[in-house]
Amino acid sequence: MKTVIPGFLVVITSLLLLTSCATIPQQPQTLYDKLGSEAGLASIVDSLIKEIGSDKQIFHYFADSRISRFRTNLTQHLCALADGPCSYDGDSLTDIHTGMHINEKDFNHLVDLLIKAMYSQHIPHPVQNQLLARLAPLRTEVIYK
Amino acid sequence: MRIYLNFIVVSLLLSSTVYAADGKLLATPGVSQIEGAGGGGLVPWAQLAGYASRDEIAANVFCSRAIVEDYRLHACGAQLNFYDRVELSIAQQKFKINALNTNIEQQILGIKTRLYGDLIFSKWPMLSLGAQYKDVRDTAIPKAVGAERTSGVDWYLAASKLHLGAIAGYNWFWNITARYTDANEMGLLGFGGANGNKELVFEASTAVFLEREWAVGIEYRQKPDNLGLKEDDWQDLFVAWLPNKNISITAAWLNLGSIAGSSDQKGMYLSLTGYF
Repeated sequence: MKTVIPGFLVVITSLLLLTSCATIPQQPQTLYDKLGSEAGLASIVDSLIKEIGSDKQIFHYFADSRISRFRTNLTQHLCALADGPCSYDGDSLTDIHTGMHINEKDFNHLVDLLIKAMYSQHIPHPVQNQLLARLAPLRTEVIYK
Repeated sequence: MRIYLNFIVVSLLLSSTVYAADGKLLATPGVSQIEGAGGGGLVPWAQLAGYASRDEIAANVFCSRAIVEDYRLHACGAQLNFYDRVELSIAQQKFKINALNTNIEQQILGIKTRLYGDLIFSKWPMLSLGAQYKDVRDTAIPKAVGAERTSGVDWYLAASKLHLGAIAGYNWFWNITARYTDANEMGLLGFGGANGNKELVFEASTAVFLEREWAVGIEYRQKPDNLGLKEDDWQDLFVAWLPNKNISITAAWLNLGSIAGSSDQKGMYLSLTGYF
C-alpha cells in the first residue's frame, strides 16, 4: 500500500508534466522538417541524381548540365518550396527549360524518378504527396518550352 | 460497325507491338467503365482511358463481371486513346436473367474528347465530353417491358480532379458526370418508355489513394425510370489496385436496387484492364 501511493503520485506528476510540455506553444512542423531537413533533402536530391544518371529516357536533358550546380539549385529550390530556411535565387524555371522541349511524358517520368528517390529515402507516402503538391503548379514553366 | 471494330483491333495490335504508352502518372487514367469508357466501374470519368500522354497513342482491353441476386452482367471491350485528346471505345455486354435463363446482348460504341485541363496539373478540373451509341441485339424483352426503341445515344459531360496530398497527405480524387439519356437499365432494357424519354441525370465518384497503387472509393449513378418499373439509382464501393502501367484490377460491392421488378439487387463486381 505504501509503495502504491507514491507510485500513483509519480504517474500523475509525470502526466501533468507531459501535458504541460505538450501545451507549450511549438513551431509547427514544416514540410521541410518532415522531409528530414537539410540532410534529408540532400539525400533525396542525391538519389534523384543517381536515378537520372542511369535513366535512358531523360538523361539526355541533363547531359550538358553541371551536376554540382544542379544539386545546389535543386536542393535550394526544394528547401524554399517546403518552407525551409532557404530562398531560391537561381534562374527562373522558364529560362532554364526554354529550348529543351520537354514533353508531358518525360516530365511525368521525372516525377516518377523523384517518387522513387523519395521512397529510397523512406519518405512516407503522405509527405511525398505534399512535396509533389508544391511542385505541381510549376509544370507550366517546364514543359513544351 | 464491323469496320470500327476491325480498326480498333488492328490499332491495338499495331500499338502493342510498337510500344506501350506510359506517359501518364501511375493510376491517373482510372480503370474501365462497364459501358467501355475510361472511368470508374459505373461512371465514365473525364480522364481518357490508358497511359497515353499528349504525344502518344494508347490501347487497352478490359473484361468486367457483375453478379447480383437475380442477374449477371459480363462485359468486355477495348479503348483507344489518341494523344490524350480523343478516346474511342467499344464494349460488348451480355446480361443474364437467371429466372428466364436468357441473355440480352448489347453493343456500345463510345467516343470521348478532352475539352480542357489535366487531372492533376491544371488549375480547374479536367473536362471531357462524351457520347455512347448503344444497340440492343436481343430486342424481345426490351419491347415486352415497354421500351420505345432498341438503340440510343447517351451524351455526357464529365469533370474530374486529383488533389495531391489533400486529405492528411493522401491524394483525393473526385468526378462528376452529367448524362443526357433515355436508356433503361443502361440500355439493356431498351430506350424510352411510357414514363418518359431523354432526361439529364447525374453521376459521381470519389476516391482516396491509400498508396500509389491502391485506391478506395464510392460511386453513385442516377438513373431514369422511363418504364415505370421503379428503376433505382446504382451505387458501389470499390477498391482498385493499379500496381504498374500495364494492368489494373478493380473489385466492388454493388447495390443496384430494383431491376425490372426484382428488388434489392446487391452483389460483387470484378474488372480487369490491360494497358498497351
